Amino acid sequence: MIEDSSEPVGNSPCARVDQVSKLFGSFAALRQVSVDLEPGRCYVLIGENGAGKSTLLRILAGLLRPTHGKVTVFSQYEPLEARARIGYMSHAPMLYDELTGVENLRYFASLYPGRPCLDPAEALRQVGLDPDLNRTLGQYSQGMRQRTSLARVLLPMPELLLLDEPFSNMDVESVRQMVKLLSGFRHGNRTIVLTTHQRELAAPIADYVLALRAGRVASFEPGSPTL
Amino acid sequence: MTRALWSHLVKDLRIEWRSLDAIISMLFFSGLVVVLFSIAFDPRGAFSQQIAGGVLCVATMFASVSALNQAWAREIRHQVMDAQRMVPSPGAELLLAKVIVNFFFVTIVQIALAPFFVVFYNLRIVGQAWLLLLVLPLGTWALVSNGVFFAALSMSSRNRELLLSLILFPIFIPALLAMVQATTSIFTGDSDPTLWIKMLFGYDIIFTTVSLLLFDVVFHAE
Repeated sequence: MIEDSSEPVGNSPCARVDQVSKLFGSFAALRQVSVDLEPGRCYVLIGENGAGKSTLLRILAGLLRPTHGKVTVFSQYEPLEARARIGYMSHAPMLYDELTGVENLRYFASLYPGRPCLDPAEALRQVGLDPDLNRTLGQYSQGMRQRTSLARVLLPMPELLLLDEPFSNMDVESVRQMVKLLSGFRHGNRTIVLTTHQRELAAPIADYVLALRAGRVASFEPGSPTL
Repeated sequence: MTRALWSHLVKDLRIEWRSLDAIISMLFFSGLVVVLFSIAFDPRGAFSQQIAGGVLCVATMFASVSALNQAWAREIRHQVMDAQRMVPSPGAELLLAKVIVNFFFVTIVQIALAPFFVVFYNLRIVGQAWLLLLVLPLGTWALVSNGVFFAALSMSSRNRELLLSLILFPIFIPALLAMVQATTSIFTGDSDPTLWIKMLFGYDIIFTTVSLLLFDVVFHAE
């Protein structure tokens, strides 16, 4: 359940954002937003540029600290403490241009000590890429980079998946594959929060659609997932 | 050595092997400094031995800064640093790997520079030459460990290249002084460099420890 300026509801949420505001200087990117994210649900954040979607995602990931309010994930932790259980994908690929896709994934998988990770080659296959592709990421198309980035996020099998514009630069068939993949992910009782400008693309997996406007929640509607 | 530290090392070495950006720029820069100083001072005999230590240290320092400025460039590009912040392995291991890799690069440059140095400065070492094997690595470590840390500190600044030099050079002065004095003592054989070597050793321990302890604060800063 997601609300604006009110008490969050729901039992044992995957993440709780309580009265969170975020200021950059005098600019308020988020204003008193309260969010409860239930396990196994997909939340789609929509809104114009500058509405606060990416800021909310970065706060949930622990990459930004709220100016006011509090964020807890998995009942008791601050996002940074539980970062191994959170996957975050940004607009940028967050990968090294000079390494191949599988080299990038092997490298990042090794940075999760004590946590079982997907096999990098398998992760690449899941997003529809050939793990034997002997090209560095700098030579990939934008869509291929986006998919490799998703494979990186899926590596540690996170319980909370935060995706910032995952469908940008992707063709229709790739989007369809990604939506199907995310649907399977959600059925594993994992939570997805994704931002998009193309609401219709995420509609098949959207349990809830939240619209942000000028840092506030403008509307909150249940979705009608078909996958 | 942890698995994460090893992975950071392999990754940085592999990337440098494919581009050779840092080593080539350092080689050209340090080579240029050595040649220009030899033209400017026309070093011969005892005078050559007196200034050679200083020239060697300054050439290393300027060359290193060109590489240190790029130490985090690949993490800044495409927001890779955010991915690094999201992994559970300690940030200090990433810093340590960067220090080790850059230390390795600077050492390669120093080894490549040595024959040119001997030729251009007509150098004959009067003191205990083997002590250079202590002084140069200790001085290089001091420069690189501070440089990588301060490069991370200035990462979010628009003038990060200028900022790095402004922060690094004043803090490096004690180590530079020790390095120059020790090297000159070895070249000329006039005095015992032991005190300066001890000072370099102490400097390295203090600044490396402080950098590793403080790095998480810098790493997770917004």
